[in-house]
This record gives sequence, structure tokens and C-alpha cells, in this order.
Amino acid sequence: MNTRTRPAVRVLQYLALAGYLIFLGFPLLWMLTTAFKGPKELVELHPSLVPEHPTLDNFVTAFTTQGLAHSAWNSLQVSVAAAVLTVLVSLPAAYALARFRTRLGSVAIGWVLVSQLFPFILLVIPLFLILKQLSLVNTLPGLVLVYVVWSLPFALWMLQGFVRSIPRDLEEAAATDGASRMQTLIRVVVPLLAPGVVATTLFSFVSAWNEFFFALVILQDPEKSTVPLTLARFVGIQGVVRLGPLAAGAFLATLPSLIVFGILQRRLTSGIMAGAVKG
Amino acid sequence: MAIITDAPARPTQAPPGTRRRGNGYAYLLLLPALLPVVLFSVIPLLNGIYLGFTDSRAGFNQTTHVTGFANYAKLLHDSLFWSSFKIGLIWAFGVTFIQFFLALGLASLLNQPLRMRWLARTLALVPWAMPPVIVGIMWRLIYQPDAGLLSNLLYKLGLGEHSVNWLGDLSTALPAVIVVGVWAGMPQTTVVLLAGLQGVPAELHEAAAVDGANAWRRFRSVTLPALRPVIVAITSLDFIWNFNSFGLVYVLTDGGPAGKTTLPMLFAYQQAFQYGHFGYAAALGNAMVLIIVALLAVYLRRRMREATQ
Repeated sequence: MNTRTRPAVRVLQYLALAGYLIFLGFPLLWMLTTAFKGPKELVELHPSLVPEHPTLDNFVTAFTTQGLAHSAWNSLQVSVAAAVLTVLVSLPAAYALARFRTRLGSVAIGWVLVSQLFPFILLVIPLFLILKQLSLVNTLPGLVLVYVVWSLPFALWMLQGFVRSIPRDLEEAAATDGASRMQTLIRVVVPLLAPGVVATTLFSFVSAWNEFFFALVILQDPEKSTVPLTLARFVGIQGVVRLGPLAAGAFLATLPSLIVFGILQRRLTSGIMAGAVKG
Repeated sequence: MAIITDAPARPTQAPPGTRRRGNGYAYLLLLPALLPVVLFSVIPLLNGIYLGFTDSRAGFNQTTHVTGFANYAKLLHDSLFWSSFKIGLIWAFGVTFIQFFLALGLASLLNQPLRMRWLARTLALVPWAMPPVIVGIMWRLIYQPDAGLLSNLLYKLGLGEHSVNWLGDLSTALPAVIVVGVWAGMPQTTVVLLAGLQGVPAELHEAAAVDGANAWRRFRSVTLPALRPVIVAITSLDFIWNFNSFGLVYVLTDGGPAGKTTLPMLFAYQQAFQYGHFGYAAALGNAMVLIIVALLAVYLRRRMREATQ
């Protein structure tokens, strides 16, 4: 396996790696340190990277005056509801896709691929009109509905991969032992599927938590805003007004998905979920 | 040497021997997932395509008329559409291209036994976990004219003035936004390319090394051909995602200054939800689909031809 690498090449490789680390890491570091800076340090013309007098004031301000706490509660409700519903609805379908060969199955997968091509605007206008007729515009349940539909294709695809990895022999063995189909599903398949279900739920949760465009169109009432909406309004059209609380809020809003991605990191790097999140 | 590779992006097939008579059961299981997708995705999408041929507008008591190709005739003469279209192409090509080369470099490094690799691996994943809105906010902090990281860095290195308004200046806004797009999209591309690199059989490398090929030759004649299907798939996907991207630039510049960063999706959003021109915005969406399909067809055909040569 090892083809020897010359020292000069190694040095160049490390230099390149350092370049990548700076490009990828510095923006994050800057946001983090800005969140801990006091008001004086924030307006300095040549601020230092590390805050001289770290403070938690920005976090307090972000939570108390900008309605971030309330938005976080909205976001939490929407994301949990969307994630649980998505998985409940896609679990039976994923099993069917993995275990039976129906024409519908290939149509479904074809749809997943084709739907990638269409810009959101084509979907969101009619969806907006439908939701309006159902009086679901400007409501959190309306947003949940959109998120379920939106993350379904991917959840389906992920889950059916997990079902496939369960050996069919196990199910057949249970069937010869006299277990009914339902019993087989509940006693054999579901327990083995648990890690896959957890991963898919977490993933759907994060896509709902991070989503911005649908929320922007569907929710107009600031009272109902999700976190990304509130933070985007926070920025304002004119420009960044208060850097400290903004950075603090942004940092906090990233935490849930960072934690989830930390848990799922192995799967991500192994490429199973590659190409999962739309930019 | 010519290595024939598989056609790209072939959908995975179900394992053979799974067909059963009791397909009704399967349909029953599929129903709960299928119903919402048909009702709230397939039908709206078809409806959206249809709206592109009407004069649909926001508001109550608006009657909608089928206007045929009137919207498209209007699009052809709309200078704002053409400028957003041009900006969209520069953005999508720029981001996809730069992102691909940077990600290929990073993936190759991560495939080497280097120290600190874990840190780069972790950092490379972080942008993926971040909501686009937060990425936008973070980069606004960096691009701040006075107190931002970039202006300061340049000042401390003795390079130029310290108050460039990166996102507000007509000449720097689009490049600045493209850099953010590259940063935000690095993870997916890197992860996919890394997975592809790890799938290149080591024996091929060894054989080439025995034949006396140096690292660059081995990369060109072993790695690159084996990687080709992956490259075609990820660059196509990246291009689609970038062309349709919205949230990042909305937060960074909201299309400004003076429309210099108004991507097609931002233009469509403004038309639909600020001016209420639903029909016109949908027509724009239809035009974008056609353009993407045409560009992809050209690209994929060329790559396929290369692969079979």
C-alpha cells in the first residue's frame, strides 16, 4: 500500500493542509470569539482575535431582548414534530421499498432524483396557495406539513438502506418458527432498525431546524418565527447592527445540529449520507 | 492507457429475487408516505409548472387566465431577468468549479497518512451542520468593513486599506459571495470525493508504481479515471444546488448592492412574494429548469463520450 513520499512533498502537503485549516476554521473561530467580546472591544478598529475581557452579556442580550428564546421554542416544536412524523410515515414505505420490488418503488426513486432539478420557487407558490386554502399559512402545523414532505424522500432513501442491511434470513427464520408477519416486523426488524431510525430522526430534525426558505414564505408573524428567520431579521436589510448578540445567537442556533452531526460523523464520512443536505 | 468506467449516476437496483405475488401488501405500506408526497409535492409541482403559463397574482378575488407564452416573451425583454440569469451562471459555475478543485485537494490530503488529519476532517464537516442563515451571518462578521476579520488581516499584513466594504462594493460583492458559497459547500463535495478516492483499488496504484509512474502520473492515469463517475455525479449535483441556491445570499446581501448579487432564485422570490407576480415567478422557475436540463445534458454527454473513448 505504501508508496514512499519524499520529505519535500510531505512539507508541501502539510502547508496545504494548514491552508485548508485556516480557510475552514478561522470563520468559525471569529464568530465564536465575537460572541464573547464586550461592547467596547466590538467597536475597536483593530480588534484582537481573542477577547481580552470575555463576557456572557451577548448571550443574555440575545435571549432576553431579541425574542430568540421564543423562536427557539417554535423551532423545537416544529423540528421535533416534523422529524417524528417523517420517520413514522416513511418507516413502512422504506420496508416495502427494500423488501418488495414494485413498479411504484422505482417510480418513487425516480421522483426523488427528478425533484432535485426543480427550483423551490415552482413548488413553493402552489404550496403557499394550497396552505392558504387550508388556513395553514402563518401557522406552525403548516410548516410541519411542508417539512415532512420535504424531508420524506431522503428519509425514505436512508431508511430503506438500513432495512436492506438486515439479513433477510432472520425474517425467514422467524417465519418458520411460526411468527406472523406483524410479529416478525415488531420483534425482529424494528429492534435491528433502531440505530437507523435514530439516525434518520436526527437528520430530519436538523434539516427542519436549519431550514429557512419555506419558513420565510409561510410564516409572516414574528411571534411564530423559527430561529433562522429571527436571526435573519436580526441582521436587517441595512446591515449588522449589534455584532455581539448576533454572533452569540448564531453560535447557539448552530449547537443542536453540531451535536447531531458529531453523533452521526462516522456515517457521514463513510459516505452513506453523502449529498444529503441541499445547500 | 484507457480504462472504461461505468456510466455515471446509475440508480441502485433492488437485489434480484425479491418479487413476490403479494404486492398489495407493499402498496399498503407505501401509502402513508406516498399520499403526502403526491398531495403536497407532485401536484403542487405540476401546478407550479402550469402557473408559469398564466397571469396568476397574489391577493383575493384575483381571476387567473391562461396566457400561454406571454410570460416568457416578457422574460426575454426583462433586463433584470437577464442580469440575474448572468449572475446566476457566474455564481453557479464559479462556486462549483472552485469548490471542486479545493475539495479534490482536501480529499487527497485527507487520504494521506498526515497528522492533524482528524482536525481537518472535523472542520470540513462543520459547514455542513450549519444552517445557511448562520453561515451568512458569520461571513457578514468577517466581511465587516472596519472591524471584520478580513479587513483586519489585510491591514495587519500591510496589504491595503482596512475599510473595504466587501459586500457593499459593486466590484467585490459577487466574488465575496462566491467565496462563501465555496466554503459552505466544501463538506459534501469533499466527503463524496474522499469516499471515491478510498474506493480506488490500491493494487492499481502499486502496479503503476512498479511500472515507474511518479505520483502525478499515477494520479492522472489511475486515480482520475477511477474517480470519473463520482466527479461527474457530484459536480452535476453541486451545479444544480448552486444554481437554485437562495438562503445564503439572501442573508449576505439580499441581492445587493444594486442587484449585483441577485441570483435567479432571489429574483423569483422578489417577483412572487414582494410584488405578488406568481405567474411570472413560476415562468422563471420553468425557464430555470429548462436551462439546467440543457446544460446538464451537454455536460453529461461530453463526459460519457470521454469515458467510452
